[in-house]
Amino acid sequence: MLRFLIRRTLTGLLVIWLISVVVFAIFFIAPPNVAFLLLGKFQASNQQLVEQVTAQLGLNKPIPVQYWDFLVRLLHGNLGYSYYSHEAVTTLIGRALPVTASLAIGAAVIWVVSGVLIGVLSATHPRSIRDRLATLFALTGLSFPTFVLGLILLFFLFYKLHLAGIDWFPGSGYIPLTQDPWQWFLHLILPWVTLAVASMAVYVRLARGQMLEVLGDDYIRTARAKGLSETRVTFRHALRAALVPIVTQFGIDVATLLGGAIVTEQVFGLNGLGALSVSSVVNQDEPVIIAIVLLAAVFVVVANILVDILYAVLDPRVRLE
Amino acid sequence: MCGVFILFLVLVAVFADPLSHLIGWGPTQQDRATGTTADGLPVGPGRIHLLGADQLGRDVLVRLIYGARVSLVVGVSAAVAAVLIGVIIGLCAGFLGPAVDSVLARLMDVVLAFPFLLFAIALVTVVGPSEPLEIAVIAFFSWAAVGRIVRGQTLAIREREYVEAARSLGAGNLRIMVVDVLPNLIAPVLVYVTLLIPISIVFEATLSFLGVGIIPPTPSWGNMLDDAQQGGLYQVAWWFLTFPAAALVLTTLAFNLLGDSVRDALDPRTERLFAK
Repeated sequence: MLRFLIRRTLTGLLVIWLISVVVFAIFFIAPPNVAFLLLGKFQASNQQLVEQVTAQLGLNKPIPVQYWDFLVRLLHGNLGYSYYSHEAVTTLIGRALPVTASLAIGAAVIWVVSGVLIGVLSATHPRSIRDRLATLFALTGLSFPTFVLGLILLFFLFYKLHLAGIDWFPGSGYIPLTQDPWQWFLHLILPWVTLAVASMAVYVRLARGQMLEVLGDDYIRTARAKGLSETRVTFRHALRAALVPIVTQFGIDVATLLGGAIVTEQVFGLNGLGALSVSSVVNQDEPVIIAIVLLAAVFVVVANILVDILYAVLDPRVRLE
Repeated sequence: MCGVFILFLVLVAVFADPLSHLIGWGPTQQDRATGTTADGLPVGPGRIHLLGADQLGRDVLVRLIYGARVSLVVGVSAAVAAVLIGVIIGLCAGFLGPAVDSVLARLMDVVLAFPFLLFAIALVTVVGPSEPLEIAVIAFFSWAAVGRIVRGQTLAIREREYVEAARSLGAGNLRIMVVDVLPNLIAPVLVYVTLLIPISIVFEATLSFLGVGIIPPTPSWGNMLDDAQQGGLYQVAWWFLTFPAAALVLTTLAFNLLGDSVRDALDPRTERLFAK
């Protein structure tokens, strides 16, 4: 177990390091005009000032040296300052992270729980009406791009209801959980559903297929023969084995979560990491982009290690080595 | 059913020019006189503009037709490119032994761990948006999933007797890979191409929606939806949101169903994507 953790952490660090090199390389290919960004149009014509700023940021050094300086600063927890708003990158990210975390965690809970539940319920009664309905739902859900679904939800549940005098669902904005939990919840319902539906469809399909397979196994027949209730057989015995590939899928989906968050935040006007990354890309705000990409990569790597550990918990036959 | 829809879509995309002549509006032609009302709001579906006009008085139907062309070209070429790269790299990783495998498998891990949408946006902004770049970006972030599957299949195939037989007859690595292993990969690869097409089409629409895909005024379904979202315009002009959204959803649905039937036809062992 310990050896497994050490090995996975090392390869994870390697992956993160490679990603940092690639991100750095992009800005090496097409470096933004930093002095111009920092000084503005008028002062940027002052050659002396430009050189002073460039030297201050170490941008006149060779690229490998710049990269090394960047790594050293990173290990000290210093992510630099935004070229655009001049705030510390850690402050910017600290402000945006709760929004994206609320969005992503809530959506993930919705899609995993309801996706698996719908899948299990349709697998226990294959070819029934509810099975067909679940399949239809999965098929349509899978074909709706996130932003199309978001726009449609906004149109009907915010705008049309608003016209009818019902303001159940706010159209945009974010209220911190600590400030008003109920408003936090209301503001996030539509974004959660938007982000969850496409992934939920995948889980319905996956859970249904796995459950159908597992329910045919001998040990399920044994469990039934012991006189256990059908609910207990389904959820305690069958679902546990069926969860293994679902957990794998979740590990993969974590990487796509930030992508979905970018689109969802754009549609619903939430100021999270997605919105921050889009605006910093538009403003060529290099330190912020690098920090967000690295943060996302760390997140993916950690999630994948957790998934591997979860395997061993769910399925005692799996040995981590 | 889905085949008919896709055929229809392809025909529409191919004959976009004569069709737009027939309808009477160009894809970027602005009809300020009859396309917008006196207040500058777009007019709805009617005799002059069959599916309505957008905020600049451009015909929504004609723009949808040209958008189909963009979606198909980008979607199909990105999917094909991704599968080609994925097959070549997956085949090498699975066949050429543990040394090559560990390097290539790590490479795939890196690509899969990338926050790809963010990275795509960064790359497109730095280099400047264009259709070929969009195809390259989509392909670059899609091949690794194919590569992983091909690698797994290859690892199993290389242990088969016929591969051993070919080797004992004196065949080299390259010959075995192309003649003995590759034909056995055709079924999963074909399934993957059809399933990657809708994913790539959605990817394209998403990039265009975020403003880093097809450059306006060239129409694509994604940037039409972006126009509809700007300033909440869809609230007064429902046709402007509904038609591109419907085109996008129906297209992905059709390709998903097609992929499902291809899988059924080629590989009866795997479970159906959607139970019938």
